[in-house]
Amino acid sequence: MKRTDLIIKPNLIAMIAAATLLTACSDDDNVVVPPVEPEPVMQTFTVTVTNLTANQPMSPVILAAHNTEASLWQAGEMASLAIEKMAEGGDTADIAALEILDSSINGTGMLMPGMSETLTLTLAQANVANISLATMLVNTNDAFTGINSYHIAGMEVDMPKMMKYTAYDAGTEANSEAKGTMPGPADGGEGFNAARDDVDFVHIHPGVISMYDGLADSVLMPSHRFDNPVLAVTIMRTQ
Amino acid sequence: MKRTLVNASLLAAGLLSLSTQAADIEVSVTNLTHGNHFTPLLIAAHNNDSHLFHVGEMATPALQKMAEGGDISDLNTAVTGANGATLANPAMGLLAAGASVNSAMLDTGDNTHLSIVAMVLPTNDAFIGLDSWKIPTEVGTYTVYVNAYDAGTEANDEIINGGGMSGVPGIPAAPGGNGGANGTGVMDGADNMYVHTHPGVLGDTDSAGGASDLDSRIHRWLNPVAKVVVTVK
Repeated sequence: MKRTDLIIKPNLIAMIAAATLLTACSDDDNVVVPPVEPEPVMQTFTVTVTNLTANQPMSPVILAAHNTEASLWQAGEMASLAIEKMAEGGDTADIAALEILDSSINGTGMLMPGMSETLTLTLAQANVANISLATMLVNTNDAFTGINSYHIAGMEVDMPKMMKYTAYDAGTEANSEAKGTMPGPADGGEGFNAARDDVDFVHIHPGVISMYDGLADSVLMPSHRFDNPVLAVTIMRTQ
Repeated sequence: MKRTLVNASLLAAGLLSLSTQAADIEVSVTNLTHGNHFTPLLIAAHNNDSHLFHVGEMATPALQKMAEGGDISDLNTAVTGANGATLANPAMGLLAAGASVNSAMLDTGDNTHLSIVAMVLPTNDAFIGLDSWKIPTEVGTYTVYVNAYDAGTEANDEIINGGGMSGVPGIPAAPGGNGGANGTGVMDGADNMYVHTHPGVLGDTDSAGGASDLDSRIHRWLNPVAKVVVTVK
């Protein structure tokens, strides 16, 4: 008997639902009720970034979602034009336009030293795979940091992952530290320049020298030096 | 009884396909520095008790030989003599900045831990060091970032004079051809004789003099200095 009850119950629910629909539409017979498509199951992630440097503001970050194969850069390989524009001038428009990305969002503004910002990414569960993040250390020629393809699929809700990241050198612009070559407030100079006059492969940044440490043409100060790690990141799935 | 035996062997086969007892691994090493070379790498699989170096302890003569002159032969002999498995010089020479040695195959046998060393050139006694990293038993690809250590066996005078033998001061060479000459030497009197995290080089911008024969725009680094990717088959 109990087994029969179990079969009948869903039917009852369906009948009640149908009756409710009819009632709702009763004042206008011409309304066509659209078929209800199943809502895609969504997952929401927060990515909190903290600038750990002494005096290197970071350009507005770009946070991107993509598949497990994609990556924005590869140490030892030439930087893409999109990475070069971000690393030399903080411009993330070309990264956002990359076909390998499913979606991307930007931070609201400069991420100042010691400051944190939380970005929220909502993805259809079926599309959850990897994320990347990139931002320029603006008082440098072409230093940047970020997340290079981190797997977020399978994360459980409210189980944060905390990581720290190093500074890379895009290798696309010589680290002259000279007046007019860096877009940040220490210089107010040039951002992106298509010329590639450095080693032309992405590597770990060797650090800022500064005028106080023997680089005569440098306009950078001791506080513009940095050591790794330069960025703290907390990734959490919130739903 | 028969059925039980069959099930047991199937179960064992299933377990083996999920996790291996560290046998074949592939190792890739990328030089992450701006402008330093690595001398021939020693990639060594060994047991839990073996170490190529200990941070906070004095370097062995074999480690000193590698760190000051790039000679891995004594370390290699020590590992293989203790039933370890090694890949000596998989890059067939120097590994330039930005360059990689890819997918070097190593049959680890029964060995459970992995160490990797190579001298950072041009320096007095800096080396990249992965110290006894436990090789995962689960099939997969693992990335490890490696820092630079100071062997503590030679003062970091930053003078390029061909000195690569143990106990001989100076730097053997600047393989990139970008070293200076006639440096007066970086004198600082420090005497940490234990293996420690390398403080980095100073360098200067005077290739014909100054204190250092290194170039501060080329030869400095921040950690990590190498990326190691291990694929467990």
